[in-house]
Amino acid sequence: MNKQDTTYLDQLEAEAIFILREVAGQFEKPALLFSGGKDSITLVRLAEKAFRPGKFPFPLVHIDTGHNFPETISFRDDMIARIGEKLIIGHVQDSIDQGKVIEQTGKNASRNALQTVTLLDTIAEGKFDACIGGARRDEEKARAKERIFSVRDEFGQWDPKRQRPELWNIYNGKIHKGENVRVFPISNWTELDVWNYIRRENIELPSIYFAHERDVITRNGQLMAAADCLNMDADDQIERRNVRFRTVGDMTCTAAVESDADQIDDIIEEIKMSKISERGARMDDKVSEAAMEDRKKGGYF
Amino acid sequence: MIKYLRLQWKTAKKGVIFNMDLLKFFTAGSVDDGKSTLIGRLLYDSESILADQLEALQQSNRKNDDGTIDLAILTDGLKAEREQGITIDVAYKYFQTDKRKFIIADTPGHIQYTRNMVTGASNSDLAIILVDARNGVVEQTVRHSFIVSLLELKHVVVCINKMDMVNFSEEAFNKIHKSYSEIALKLKLKEVTYIPVSALKGDNIVNRSQNMPWYTGKSLLDHLETIEVNEDVKSVQARMPVQWVIRPQTDELHDYRGYAGRVLSGSFRLNDQITVLPSGIRSAISKIETNMQEQDEVHSGTSVTLHLKDNIDIGRGDILVNSTHEPIVSQSIEADLCWMDTKPLDTSILYLLQHNSKVTKCKIRDILHKVNINTLEKIETDTFQLNDIGRIVIRTAEPLAFDLYQENKLNGGAILIDPRTNLTVGALMFRANAE
Repeated sequence: MNKQDTTYLDQLEAEAIFILREVAGQFEKPALLFSGGKDSITLVRLAEKAFRPGKFPFPLVHIDTGHNFPETISFRDDMIARIGEKLIIGHVQDSIDQGKVIEQTGKNASRNALQTVTLLDTIAEGKFDACIGGARRDEEKARAKERIFSVRDEFGQWDPKRQRPELWNIYNGKIHKGENVRVFPISNWTELDVWNYIRRENIELPSIYFAHERDVITRNGQLMAAADCLNMDADDQIERRNVRFRTVGDMTCTAAVESDADQIDDIIEEIKMSKISERGARMDDKVSEAAMEDRKKGGYF
Repeated sequence: MIKYLRLQWKTAKKGVIFNMDLLKFFTAGSVDDGKSTLIGRLLYDSESILADQLEALQQSNRKNDDGTIDLAILTDGLKAEREQGITIDVAYKYFQTDKRKFIIADTPGHIQYTRNMVTGASNSDLAIILVDARNGVVEQTVRHSFIVSLLELKHVVVCINKMDMVNFSEEAFNKIHKSYSEIALKLKLKEVTYIPVSALKGDNIVNRSQNMPWYTGKSLLDHLETIEVNEDVKSVQARMPVQWVIRPQTDELHDYRGYAGRVLSGSFRLNDQITVLPSGIRSAISKIETNMQEQDEVHSGTSVTLHLKDNIDIGRGDILVNSTHEPIVSQSIEADLCWMDTKPLDTSILYLLQHNSKVTKCKIRDILHKVNINTLEKIETDTFQLNDIGRIVIRTAEPLAFDLYQENKLNGGAILIDPRTNLTVGALMFRANAE
């Protein structure tokens, strides 16, 4: 192989592996935040490439809202059994039971915002000093400015004005006690890059990414999976549609798109033709133009 | 209405992996040179904007004077910026055509953000310098070009923007071309390309302009798509800093010991004689793995796991190099420094120096001078304030194995960390061994 023959996917992969190894080398107790979505599944594959035949130098951490798609949970458990790595689960239900957060009510109720508290508690309990996440800079404007190593203060907050300059491929992971760093190895990947990589590597995904028949309701102009956690009432018309999900989040805020794409090649074709960028199907960003920035300052992924 | 992503995806046929590479570039210009508009125009005209982003753009109440969409909104990320209407940090943007994938570092032009420009430049293969056709080469142009030369960017594109405001005049273009050539000569910039553009109107950004028939060169995008930037291919300096040692310590892999890292430059081949630095112990490569598969050779940019014939004590912070072309090993180094902290340089304290996977204490032995980056004059000083750039001599607690920045960027650059705040406070470019 010659340098001129390496494709941009090879370059992105090499960079991500480099970043994962920096985390292993620089931190005492890192963790990989695993959502069950394609980006964190890609991170798991990259971690295998970075550390095999050794074990991962970090556990996987999943924040379970209790409103996850059942397909995601069974995928997660199968994957953990296959790779033989440690999984730590933080339950939003526990935060609710402990009275740390109050469950929203009404039709648009979602546990999405509540998981920030559970995440911060799980980080504190595990004494994690670095949390690897699958966020990408192309997802949203606020993320375009996020560093690869992004320092959070003891309250889990991100301060866009105090970001450290990142020069060359040198990442400064020095932190004070109580602080932690969010690390984003696939910052420079786009949605299509991730899909092309998944295809190249034959990475298995939860079935909800592929078109399937499902009971759905329409909320705020978006198709949502019919589920008890959506607090459905008589106004909600349940319909059977052929759909798939472009992101895997909480059922209360992850909208489906109508689709017949049941193979990865079809999905990639569909994305290429797509008129909606990925987070457009996530209702939580629609709240306001600055929604993501506000949540990041508050410690969201 | 927009034609969706035609350019972007037309070669992406089913089952075909793109055989294309990555170009990282950054843009520098003064406050009103129209940088964000230029990037917005590149994204917009190359059809890299998705429908909901376009919708958000159209709903925004920021419009140009003639009522068209303000494309600069596409790169303004933070609330404070939207309020002030300026870019205050480095924003990364992505797009791809059928020839290349691009990563843009959008960096601000204000003097107080020189450090962001240095950051953007350190992560780029190419620089776009914007010059306002009405104002010509100004103080900021010199400053931006100085940073480009300091960071050793080999490829520079001077976009002479707002040509629509000077009636697309060839004379105006030639005048700026001439005065910039003098700067390029002074700063020893090697490859400079001049393109007359109007980011606002779209002339010569993606499509060749109908308004400037006298210009026979490529449009900006055409230039970015075709320029050859793989300069590391011929490097003989094989370097791999060790990031992590893979030792499974299981029964079946009892003796497995792999040194994990990324090849910074050059190539490693099976049986190559290598030196471990700074210890100086020599051995040979017994096995090369990438992605759990054995290879005969690996090249710069690849993340690998190397195995050696001898059992040597090697850990993070060591660097493996080919024995035929070893780097400098020294504790005293003359370096260019860009100061990046609001707190000035304090010569009485010890800083931490991070050079690839190595972190060591370091003190400032001497300040040689700083540079007035607007006039390029060297001036005497005893400290560095935020955004100051100049030459110093450092002394490190442990020896560093490094190359000169002008010869090998990735093994010739380092950062300074303030141990009191843990902030990255300085960028160092090693220029000479001072031992």
